[in-house]
Amino acid sequence: MTQDKKDWPLWEVFIRSKQGLNHKHVGSLRAADSTMAVENARDVYTRRQEGISIWVVPSNLITASDPSDEESLFEPSASKVYRHPTFYDVPDGISHM
Amino acid sequence: MLKLINLLLITRDRKHCSISFVLVGVVYTYICLVNALFMKNIDIKSLEEKFQKKIDADIKIEPNDWMPDNYRATLIRQISQHAHSEIVGMLPEGNWITRAPNLRRKAVLLAKVQDEAGHGLYLYCATETLGADREDTIDDLHSGKAKYSSIFNYPTLSWADMGAIGWLVDGAAIMNQVPLCRCSYGPYARAMVRVCKEESFHQRQGFEIMTKLASGTKEQKEMAQDALNRFWWPSLMMFGPSDADSKHTDQSMKWKIKRHTNDELRQQFVDITVPQAEMIGLTIPDKDLKWNESTKSYTYGAINWDEFWQVVGGNGPCNKERVDARRKAKEDGKWVVEAAMAFANKRSAKKSA
Amino acid sequence: MTKQEALYNYVLRLGDDSLILGQRLAELCGHGPILEEDIALTNISLDLIGQATLFLDYAGALSGETKSNDDLAFLRLEKEYVNALLLEQPNGHFGDTIMRQFLFDAFRKPLLECLQDSSEKELASIAEKALKETKYHLKHSSEWVIRLGDGTDESHEKIQGSLHTLYRYSHELFFEDESDFLLQKSKIVPELNSIKLEWEKTVKNVFEMAGIALPENDWKFEGGRQGRHSEHMGFLLTELQYMQRTYPNMEW
Repeated sequence: MTQDKKDWPLWEVFIRSKQGLNHKHVGSLRAADSTMAVENARDVYTRRQEGISIWVVPSNLITASDPSDEESLFEPSASKVYRHPTFYDVPDGISHM
Repeated sequence: MLKLINLLLITRDRKHCSISFVLVGVVYTYICLVNALFMKNIDIKSLEEKFQKKIDADIKIEPNDWMPDNYRATLIRQISQHAHSEIVGMLPEGNWITRAPNLRRKAVLLAKVQDEAGHGLYLYCATETLGADREDTIDDLHSGKAKYSSIFNYPTLSWADMGAIGWLVDGAAIMNQVPLCRCSYGPYARAMVRVCKEESFHQRQGFEIMTKLASGTKEQKEMAQDALNRFWWPSLMMFGPSDADSKHTDQSMKWKIKRHTNDELRQQFVDITVPQAEMIGLTIPDKDLKWNESTKSYTYGAINWDEFWQVVGGNGPCNKERVDARRKAKEDGKWVVEAAMAFANKRSAKKSA
Repeated sequence: MTKQEALYNYVLRLGDDSLILGQRLAELCGHGPILEEDIALTNISLDLIGQATLFLDYAGALSGETKSNDDLAFLRLEKEYVNALLLEQPNGHFGDTIMRQFLFDAFRKPLLECLQDSSEKELASIAEKALKETKYHLKHSSEWVIRLGDGTDESHEKIQGSLHTLYRYSHELFFEDESDFLLQKSKIVPELNSIKLEWEKTVKNVFEMAGIALPENDWKFEGGRQGRHSEHMGFLLTELQYMQRTYPNMEW
C-alpha cells in the first residue's frame, strides 16, 4: 500500500447478509486504517440492517483477471457443464436435491 | 510498400548511395508509422464494434473492459455530477434538521439526509472504478468546474419545503434514476439499484408532510401551497434542457447510459404529479396546464429556460452558499484526514518494525 | 418527594442529555470532515434522537400530566431542561465534537449497563436498547481521540486543547441530588460513585494511548442539572423550538 499519500486509501467492502450466505461485494469506501474501514462500512453499507458480518480489503491488494484473457480463463469451465447441477435430470417427486 | 524499398535499394549509383540510405530510412519509418496508425484504427474500430454489440445485446460493461474514451468521459461526467447532486442536496434539507417540528420528523429527516450522503458515496465509488479519484472529483465541484443539479441552488424557506423537496424533487429524481438501474455500465447500474431501493421512503415522507400540511390549519395550507409554487418549475427544470437543446442525448441513448429523453421523463413526471396535487387540494402554479384527451397527458406551460441556464451557470439564489459550505467542510476537515492517515502510517510502521 | 417524582426527574435528565447532544450533532449533518465521518456522526445523532424519544415518552408518562415526548422536547422553558452543560457546548472543530462525545460516552456506557438491570422494567428496557448503541459510540469516539492525539502535531495540539476546554464540564455528569438518593435506596438506579470509577478508568486508558494529559486545574462547572445553563443553550433552543413556538398547537 502507498502509505505516504495524504488521502485515505480505498477499501472494498464485502457483507454477509445472513448466516449461511457468502460475503458479497457491495461497494467501496475510504478509510485511513482497517478498524475505521470496518466501522465506516457498518455506517455506510448496513444502515438498514443489511448485514451481520463485514470484510474489508484494501482495493489495491485485489488482483483481477484480465478481461482480454476472458476466453482462455473461463471458456474451459463453461464447457464443463457436468459441474452444474442442472445438467442432471432428476426424476419427478425427488426434492431437496 | 516492399517494392518501393527494393527499388530504392537497387539504386547502385555510388554518388547517391549515402543519400539513398538516408532516404530508405526515412521512407521506411514513414511506412511503419502509417502502418501502425492504420492498424490501430482498424483495431479501435473493431473494438468499438465489439463494444457496441455488447451494449446492443444488453451485456453490462465492467470496469476492466475496453471502452471508448468518450464513453468513459461521459460516464465520469454524469456519475460525478450525480454524486455532487446528492452531496450538495444534503444542504437545503440539512437546513431544517435542527428546526424540525417534532421528534419523529427530526429523525426521519436526519435519516433521509444521511441516505443522501450514502448515495453520494456509492456514486463516487462508481466514478472511481472509471479511474476518477474521488477527492479530485470533489475539488472540481469546489472550483466550480463540475456541475450538479440546479434544483439545490434554490433556498428552503419553510418546513413545507421539506415536503415539497421529498415529493417533487425526489419524485423527479426517482423518475430519472429508475431507468439508470438498467444503465450499460455495471457499477453505475448497481449503485442505482441500491439508491432506488433506499429512496422509495424519501418521496413518501415528503408527500406525507405535504398531505399533513394541506389538511392542516390555514397557515399550514398556505405554507404548503407556497412551497409548491416555488418548487414546481425548478422541479420541471431538473430533467434538463428540452430534447432539441440537449447535446448529449443521442450518443448516451446509443450507449444505453440514458434510456429516455429529458422531455419524455418530464412529461411522465407532470402526468403523475398533477393528480397527486389535486388529491391533496393544492394547485399547480401553471395557468396553461390542461389535460389533453388525445395524447392522454397534460400540456404544460413554457419553462423559463433563461432562468435554468442562469442557475446552471452559477447565478441561482444559493449557488455560492452551497459550494462554499462544501468547500468549508473539506477545508475544516483537512487536518482530521491528515491526522488519521498519519496515525495509520505510524501504526503500520510499528507493526512491520 | 414521591418515588414517581424522583423517577421523572431522573428520566428527564437521561432524555435531555440525549436530546441536546443529538441536536448538536444534527447541526453537523452535511458538514462533516469527510463523507464517511459525516455519515458516522449522523448515525450517532440519530441514535440519540431515538433515545430521547423513548426516555421523554417515558418521562411524559411519569409526569402525572398528559405530556407527550414532543411536549417535553419542544415546549419547556430553558430552566426546565436538565441536561449536563457538557452536552450543550458548541460543536467547535472536529476535535471538540469528538472530545465532548467521548467524555459523555465513557460515562453513559457504564451507567446504562447498570440501568438495564433496574427494577423499573421500562427504564431497564430503554437502557438495554440504548446500551447497544452507546457501546458503539464509545468505540468510535475513543478511537478518534487516540487517532487525533497520536496523529499529527496539529491534531495533537487541537485535541489536547479540546480536553482543556471541556474537561471542567465532565464532573457534572456525576451530579446527584435527593431524586438520585431516593431511587438509589430502592435500587432502581446505581450510585454514581461506581460509574465514576469506571469513567476514570476509561478516560485514563484512552488518554494514555492518545498521549494527551488531563488538565492540572481541576475546577468544576455545574448548573445544567439544575436548569442553570450556559449562554449557548438559548440559541440551541431557539432553533429546536422554532416551529412549535411560531405555530403553536398544530400537528406536523
